[in-house]
Amino acid sequence: MKLILVKLDQLNLKRDNLKFSVTVTLKKDVLDPQGKVVHQTLENMGINSITNLRQGKYFEIDKNENNEPKAKEKLNEVCKKLLVNMTIEDFKIFRLDK
Amino acid sequence: MNSSVIVFPGSNCDRDIAVALEKLKFKNKMIWHKETILPKSDLIVLPGGFSYGDYLRSGAIAAKSNILKEVVKAANKGCLILGICNGFQILTETGLLKGALLQNKNLKFLGKDVFVKAVNTDNKFCNKYRKNQILKLNIAHNEGNYFTNAEHLKELEERNLIAFKYCSEDGVVNEENNPNGSLNNIAGIFNEKKNILGMMPHPERMVDPIITNDNGVNLFTSLLN
Repeated sequence: MKLILVKLDQLNLKRDNLKFSVTVTLKKDVLDPQGKVVHQTLENMGINSITNLRQGKYFEIDKNENNEPKAKEKLNEVCKKLLVNMTIEDFKIFRLDK
Repeated sequence: MNSSVIVFPGSNCDRDIAVALEKLKFKNKMIWHKETILPKSDLIVLPGGFSYGDYLRSGAIAAKSNILKEVVKAANKGCLILGICNGFQILTETGLLKGALLQNKNLKFLGKDVFVKAVNTDNKFCNKYRKNQILKLNIAHNEGNYFTNAEHLKELEERNLIAFKYCSEDGVVNEENNPNGSLNNIAGIFNEKKNILGMMPHPERMVDPIITNDNGVNLFTSLLN
């Protein structure tokens, strides 16, 4: 049984499909009116402990690649070319399947 | 003068601009976004609407369409490009114009007539207007809040690259008369060579006094000049 699990784990390491998420938010100096309204609403609901709230977008992306740095490099390009407007937005890439 | 109006899925002001252009004797062609060849044009118009349902960001998907590659090539050769409303958003997404159009500050879709001032009339698009002439034009947008970095904003002001600014009926440019939160009340800008104009108001809706007014006519007659 142990052997099988080890083998499965090794197989898992050789997977050629990595999962990532990308979050996109407005840059700090860009006004985020939706985030402001959500923040204000929480305060109106009596939740006063939140000091900052920014609304953004979320993407889940599967990449047919087994090398994480390579995959991230490609996703970086994808973000800059389409997913993100670098004039007004920032983005962060996270690995999902670790 | 030959004009081409680019049509995307979701464009809804393409017919209006075609009617305006034809009324003023432009030889106009409608060009579907999937085309890869652009007919010889003196003017290319990116019309208003909601190209691709505003998916991702307004204008972002249209900016990657087949025909836009040709529009960018033509623009770089000096062809006149006019982007109205969603067309302005597409121009910023392609990078032909700097900056971006954010959601309106009050989070509301704005559909109404506003006053704008023709700040720069020394160009191909506005030469039939008097400098600082006040025009009543229609706006209809959810993302018209022009934003750019401080350095570019300074450049726009110093190099006189702002075409129109939102103002009051008697020409006062201030926060009170800024419908969407645009930086410096900007309603329209040029690129550095002034062959590209992006603007949020709709001049094509203002070409017939029976329906609205004729404040938009001179933008098109300027081009014929």
